[in-house]
Amino acid sequence: MTDFKLTEAPKIVEPTIYELSSPGRTGVTYPDPDVPRAKLPDELLRKVIPLPELSEVDVIRHFVKLSTFNYSVDSGFYPLGSCTMKYNPKINEDTARLPGFANLHPLQPIETTQGALMLMYQLQEWLKEISGFDAITLQPAAGAHGEFVGVLVMRAYHRDRNDNKRTKMLIPDSAHGTNPATSAMSGLKVVQIPSDERGNVDLEALRAEADDTLVGMMLTNPNTLGLFDENVEEVCRIVHEAGGLMYGDGANMNALLGIAKMADLGFDVMHYNLHKTFSTPHGGGGPGSGPVVVTAELAQFLPAPIVAVVEEEADGLPPLYGLVDPSKTVGRVKAFNGHFGMFVRAFTYIAMHGPDGLRDISEYAVLNANYLLTRLRDAYHVPYDRICMHEFVAEGRWKDAPDIHALDVAKRLMDYGFHPPTNYFPLIVHEALMIEPTETENKGTLDAFVDAMLKIADEAHTSPNLLHEAPTRTPFGRLDEVKAAKELILCCWLPEDYGNQ
Amino acid sequence: MKFPSNLKYTKSDEWVDLESGKIGLTDYAQDQLSDIVFVEALVEVDDDVEVGGEISSVESVKASAEVYAPAGGKIVAVNEGLADTPEVINSDPFGAGWLVQVEVSSQSDELMDAAAYEKYCAERD
Amino acid sequence: MTYIPHSPKERDEMLATIGVEKLEDLFKAIPAAHRYPDLDLPPALSEMEAATELSEISLANETTAELVSFLGAGVYNHYIPAAINHILLRGEFYTAYTPYQPEISQGTLQAIFEYQSMIANLTGMDVANASHYDGATAVAEAVNMAMAQYRDKRKKIVMSPSVHPQYQATTDTYTQFSDIDIVGAESGHSSTPEALAELIDENTALVVVQYPDFFGRIFDYTKLGEAAHEAGALFCIVANPTALGMLKTPGEMGADMVVGEGQPLGISMSYGGPYLGFFTTRQEYVRKMAGRLVGESVDSRGQRAYVLTLTPREQHIKRERATSNICTNQGLLALAAGVYMSLLGQTGMRQVAELCYHKAHYAAERIATIPGFDLCHSEPFFHEFAVCCPTSVDEINAHLLEHGILGGYDLGQDYPELKDHMLVAVTEKTSKEEIDALVEVLSEVNHD
Repeated sequence: MTDFKLTEAPKIVEPTIYELSSPGRTGVTYPDPDVPRAKLPDELLRKVIPLPELSEVDVIRHFVKLSTFNYSVDSGFYPLGSCTMKYNPKINEDTARLPGFANLHPLQPIETTQGALMLMYQLQEWLKEISGFDAITLQPAAGAHGEFVGVLVMRAYHRDRNDNKRTKMLIPDSAHGTNPATSAMSGLKVVQIPSDERGNVDLEALRAEADDTLVGMMLTNPNTLGLFDENVEEVCRIVHEAGGLMYGDGANMNALLGIAKMADLGFDVMHYNLHKTFSTPHGGGGPGSGPVVVTAELAQFLPAPIVAVVEEEADGLPPLYGLVDPSKTVGRVKAFNGHFGMFVRAFTYIAMHGPDGLRDISEYAVLNANYLLTRLRDAYHVPYDRICMHEFVAEGRWKDAPDIHALDVAKRLMDYGFHPPTNYFPLIVHEALMIEPTETENKGTLDAFVDAMLKIADEAHTSPNLLHEAPTRTPFGRLDEVKAAKELILCCWLPEDYGNQ
Repeated sequence: MKFPSNLKYTKSDEWVDLESGKIGLTDYAQDQLSDIVFVEALVEVDDDVEVGGEISSVESVKASAEVYAPAGGKIVAVNEGLADTPEVINSDPFGAGWLVQVEVSSQSDELMDAAAYEKYCAERD
Repeated sequence: MTYIPHSPKERDEMLATIGVEKLEDLFKAIPAAHRYPDLDLPPALSEMEAATELSEISLANETTAELVSFLGAGVYNHYIPAAINHILLRGEFYTAYTPYQPEISQGTLQAIFEYQSMIANLTGMDVANASHYDGATAVAEAVNMAMAQYRDKRKKIVMSPSVHPQYQATTDTYTQFSDIDIVGAESGHSSTPEALAELIDENTALVVVQYPDFFGRIFDYTKLGEAAHEAGALFCIVANPTALGMLKTPGEMGADMVVGEGQPLGISMSYGGPYLGFFTTRQEYVRKMAGRLVGESVDSRGQRAYVLTLTPREQHIKRERATSNICTNQGLLALAAGVYMSLLGQTGMRQVAELCYHKAHYAAERIATIPGFDLCHSEPFFHEFAVCCPTSVDEINAHLLEHGILGGYDLGQDYPELKDHMLVAVTEKTSKEEIDALVEVLSEVNHD
């Protein structure tokens, strides 16, 4: 196992911003007030502001140095399953930063924000068309937030019908952890539905639970095994017959653009992840954006506000766009109008693809995944092995290399210059390695990745220590997570004698 | 892996000593959880706990687990020392790593003896 | 094929490797009736055309760059130092994922750790998490955390009516299917800490106030915090980070949680988002706090390094037992806020706060001299204040807009009893000339 050198004082690779601080420095200057100074409320003033003090160049060098410790899509292949780490087009960053967008206050009168509202309206229309749904909210801040909105809408639908005995949500065992967490957060009881041997929802188990206490079911399709559920229409039918609603987790929409519309398959609600499917950057863990689309029946329950045409086009004048509240809205789920900066990026992306380009995205994402699957399946066991969609799940374990785990394979990949796949998810595969190449990677990159994976499978049998000790070629080695969790050092400060040196 | 024969076991990997009323997590459970970094007692002395009631919450670096009472009754002691040294559950799950002690007045009717529990653990690997 | 690199030859080689003839063969699991639907979308634009189109759309807006803005109400037009955008545009930061692999994510991890530290220091608290979606959801999560702390045994939340109305609305949405009782509105829109203290009882899980409050007022909440603690309740202060550049910290007032909107810390207004919900608490409650956390540790080579910690609290492990489903943070915005606080430091944060304060007080003093206009409140305020107007805010703002001025927020939208009341915000960017121009146009309004 990893040998942590706990006895020595740790070596500092890059000091913290506090350690770089020196009294009296600042990185920005401001003018003196051009108005008379008002009397300050003495009893309400703070004495010290214990923030670091640096010049601009110190700050830039610090953060640039930190950036060099990161792996990113811009630096290499990032086959992180369920995350859709595709290339983030540079034009999107420019359009989102246009002064006409960046300097807009969210509470300005609508007469002054028609460009922004038109863009949001158009994006709403496009996202409805791509999924086949009738209504949409752009407000949710992330996928999990979208799920929460979707579940609130489902509950509001039942409440509106005075159907108050419905408190059960069905969730497949392959689901993302957010699905059960969202349901629990909304006060619902979660019942897990197993998968069958082909990776589909087990219909018998589903039928046994489909009763009149059902709020509905949350299903990711393609599921987290990267497989399109072959019985999806039957699943939707069973849930609907029990009076429940079908929630589609849109995490894997990168497989379905122009291939199938989720509403056509029988879903009632779905969230998008603009940061996956429509290439808005992940930003080191956010911001995301999770618009929610619903059928006409559920439109009245959507969160407020949504963008609508408030005055039709007439006499050569364009329509007037505004913000409106749906009639039986569940309410507001965050302040203001959603992650507008992400809307501009997604709008730019969709505008540059058009209907054929969107279909290309999914076709090539699926091509790339199947190519990797085909080339890796002899060296890595794939428990649910059939034509996959945009990703697949292999096992990072071998009977004849019992000490090797998926984690070791993942860490060794870093030594070969690749970001590891998602590991230990989905939970129904032992030692899972979930691989999603996306459409933006070329054949040469995929082949190089395959070479590394085959080499690692070989090393697992011949020199397992290379895997256990990995990574060795990265700027940092494996972390002592026990120390972090026990000591809980979550904050740093200026030294106690700061300013007295 | 140890399976002391004087104890009874549950499917959710708790042990209970019906003599003393002490309850804890099994060797198998601590091994699955790996390094335990935090323990929170969810009951206090003098609380009445029912069979299957939550008594503790245990966290490791990679997982968390709620501990359910294999036997019911009045809580007579809570192992306060675990707050500072939760790793004792890893090193001595059947001894110093005990979680709570109850005055046993009822017990789960699904308790297993050591042999049955050992077989149950083997099946899951 | 905008960002797809394959040549037809490569595609065919790959199809052959897979053992299928054409791309369509990969989609047979999809019900034939629904396969390949038409998408009614406009045809693809080239990058050049898209750049032009987006530029034209953006120009259909009138922004705070051309208009003089006195609009605040939770989003503030502060100066954003140029260096911030240059750091944000580093692909190493913005095209990385959540730092689940610490060996190759130390840049993001250390940046978040420093952000957590600076937010904790600014608010006077022990620990901050890596952030929530925005100020509104941070308040809702504070309520969530208080309910978890008391294991749902206490059911009442005392929410000051002068917490941002959209934060209150968001909290109502989050809690609508629970049996939580949120009280506070009955104390009146401009209620004082003393009035709120009356509402606290043994069933109260949490008391929430805003600092400065929605009307810009600053109160010392120390006594209210004591009252909350005496009843065994937690105490949450929703704070404006700019104001903390000069004001006594919420930590000093006894807050158990300090949350708020991080937009003023170097984040563009961008029509409402993405922003940053900061969230801090005391060490003893850290395990009850939802959201990502970065902790310090050491790597296998003896180097100091950082890692996501306490992850078992999170949804991907706890699943239906998690207290929140949050699985992102506003990573890039936390980076922006971190760079902002690093650049400004002690001196800059104080300067910005004082500039806002002095200019707002000049504006308030001038506006109060206009016949028909008056300040609503007499308490100390920071950079925002409520004005009673002689006519409807709509009408005044329409007139101001004709003069290139974005007027203040119409308080009547949220508080019917505050019809004809405007909330005016002033920042360090507002010049004396601009304030004088506002006063001049407002004076005309009254003469009309």
